[in-house]
Amino acid sequence: MSHGLLSAVGLRRLRVMTRKELLQLFRDAALMVFFLYSFTGDIYLAASGVSMQLKHAAMATLDGDRSFASRELAGRFQPPYFKPVGEAGSPAQAVRLLDDGDVMAVLDIPPRFNERLLRGEQVSVQMQVDTSNSVLGFLTSSYGAQIVGRYGLEVAALREGMGGAVGPRVEADVRVWYNPNQNDAWFMGISELLTVITLFSILLPAAAMVREKERGTIEQLMVTPLSPFQILFPKVIAMTLVILAGCAIALFGVLGPLFQLPMRGSLGTFFLVTALYVFTTAGLGLLAATVARNLAQVGMLTVVILMPMLLLSGAWTPIEAMPPWMRGLAWISPLHYFLDAAYGILLKGAGLALLWDSVLAMSALGILIFAVGMRRFSRQTG
Amino acid sequence: MNRQRIVALAWKEWREILRDRLFFALAFVVPTMLMLLFGYGLTLDVENLPFAVVDYDRTAASRDYAYRFISSRYFAFQGYAADERAVDGLLAGNQVRMVLIIPPRFDERLTRGEAAPVQVLIDGTFPERTQTSMGYVTAINSAVSLDQMAQALSRVRGIPLAEARQRVQPVKLEVRYLYNQSVQSIWSLAPKLIMLIMMLSPPFLTAVGVVREKESGSIFNIYSSTVSPGEFLLGKLAPYVAISIANAMFLWLLATTLFGAPFKGDPLFFAFATVLYVICTTGIGLVISMLVQTQVAAMIVASIVSIIPAVLYSGVLLPLPSLSPAASVLAHALPPMYYTNIVVGCFLKAVSWHALWLEVAVLAAYAVGLFGLGYLLFTKRPAS
Repeated sequence: MSHGLLSAVGLRRLRVMTRKELLQLFRDAALMVFFLYSFTGDIYLAASGVSMQLKHAAMATLDGDRSFASRELAGRFQPPYFKPVGEAGSPAQAVRLLDDGDVMAVLDIPPRFNERLLRGEQVSVQMQVDTSNSVLGFLTSSYGAQIVGRYGLEVAALREGMGGAVGPRVEADVRVWYNPNQNDAWFMGISELLTVITLFSILLPAAAMVREKERGTIEQLMVTPLSPFQILFPKVIAMTLVILAGCAIALFGVLGPLFQLPMRGSLGTFFLVTALYVFTTAGLGLLAATVARNLAQVGMLTVVILMPMLLLSGAWTPIEAMPPWMRGLAWISPLHYFLDAAYGILLKGAGLALLWDSVLAMSALGILIFAVGMRRFSRQTG
Repeated sequence: MNRQRIVALAWKEWREILRDRLFFALAFVVPTMLMLLFGYGLTLDVENLPFAVVDYDRTAASRDYAYRFISSRYFAFQGYAADERAVDGLLAGNQVRMVLIIPPRFDERLTRGEAAPVQVLIDGTFPERTQTSMGYVTAINSAVSLDQMAQALSRVRGIPLAEARQRVQPVKLEVRYLYNQSVQSIWSLAPKLIMLIMMLSPPFLTAVGVVREKESGSIFNIYSSTVSPGEFLLGKLAPYVAISIANAMFLWLLATTLFGAPFKGDPLFFAFATVLYVICTTGIGLVISMLVQTQVAAMIVASIVSIIPAVLYSGVLLPLPSLSPAASVLAHALPPMYYTNIVVGCFLKAVSWHALWLEVAVLAAYAVGLFGLGYLLFTKRPAS
């Protein structure tokens, strides 16, 4: 390399090439429209549309007793968790309601419920829960158990003459930190933002690279005095700039004003970490670009890289519950570290003092991936 | 419509796909890979939640109580923390997701028959996991409370512990889990993965396949030929539909054999609905390909348009009843939700036409609508 990276010529080359990449990107109108949509509309939809909590689960009752006690128990299944939809006439009709997905659960109170309670027997109440969605099924039965449990304690306290509040027991004061109202919009919004960032930072550099291959303009670049690094790096710089701009739009245009996302940590740190992450992921994209011959292949390879990354990040599902070998794979997913850092900075107000390990691991991964990509690229073109 | 031209076009497209070895391989590998990855990795169960304990009481009773959490498979014990100040860093640094704080005089209060307060701090970053962990905490606490009360009652009244246990719990809730008795995530997940993957892959393949011709300019051969727009679309898309149907069948095999999901429904009905769904998702790819000019744009649009509704608004990860009104409208306006109902019905509930005819009709309407739109948007005389 006659002109070093940091010499005046080297810097000017980087600047000119970065400008070229930006121009090329901005000229694809359909792409830019969707880019903007991804960082605004898409994030708005994800943040506003979804609540992961059980709310208004439709529940029917099969009251075989029709006594004061049975009505009292059934009447405790109330919003926000449950939405009583009245009585099912017969067991067959209850099954039909469940089959058609009209109700989530059926509470089945046996005949002589009241009578047996008064006699001091233990009575079983049945709840049939649709567990086609297992998370919802679990939450439904968990809330059901709480309601029935509390009712049972009250009955027992009355019956055994223990009065209201006597009896040794454990009372938990549960406090939820960082997101006390369990506002799903914060979680979903950030999670969607990270997904979009990941998608663009793999796909844009990879596509920019392969497009040059496909059209043959790479040959033109190869005969210029530019080094492979000076060809590759401006693509990454350009895409990083654009993605950071998109990220700023999403944070200050959507999540901040519309969803009151608390940005508790330092935003400078956040953007720094994001830039680092985009670099790392862009390295993955460039690596894919050295494997692919045309854009269609890049697209498929992007899916191959993107999906495991998303899955192994812990954004959708808890990593702790995965099989051990998959948990091992999560360590090589850059998104796993970025996720910890992004939620840490935005929601928990954590700084680099707490997150240095995530940032360090991400940098190490990024340098490694970039080195491999550069090597393959130089071999192919050199 | 000339059948020969359609067949010729389809054959040409097939040869082109076949010659691009990597693309051809990935067209089949990607769905299978996603199925395996999601099937094994996408567990929605909240287990091994890392947690720490701050025990100010340090008695046998407080250790017993903490042990209930430590021995539970839902929690993974990370150690005792000295005091609450140490806890801040643990939660903020993602080392633990929950902290259990047992205050002084825990044992003393219980022996005196009083309520013993404890404090539980949960990391609320992931609201759904928070909810589930709160459920576990409540369940363990009720079990402990019942034990304590039964012991107290048996001491006071001089009755056997078993009887006391019955007395303090006059009403028992027996939960019957329908359709998926073991609440194993994978049973309910594997069928839905067919929906998810068939929403991701066909639009992508199709959009890129069509826009490739636009970008490379080979579409001008079509423009200048005698092939009519309808013939072009049918011939061009047939191979992609065929690949996707083959993929869907293979995914069904994986779901039933590898993941052992039960299939209780009517196979013919399911096959029919699946073909309709694949045609729908291919149609989404077609419409995208008509709207964009470059493959990069096609890929971005296809992933944004297909991933988001497939993941968020189909009921795979998120409960449909808890969608906000706007999202609910969106969910009803897109095909994945309808096919999810069909898949779940066929796999887990053994229902068929009588319960699902509406879903099938909606999918059919979609297929017709999307292809109609694609046909209208396709012109052999582009403006520019």
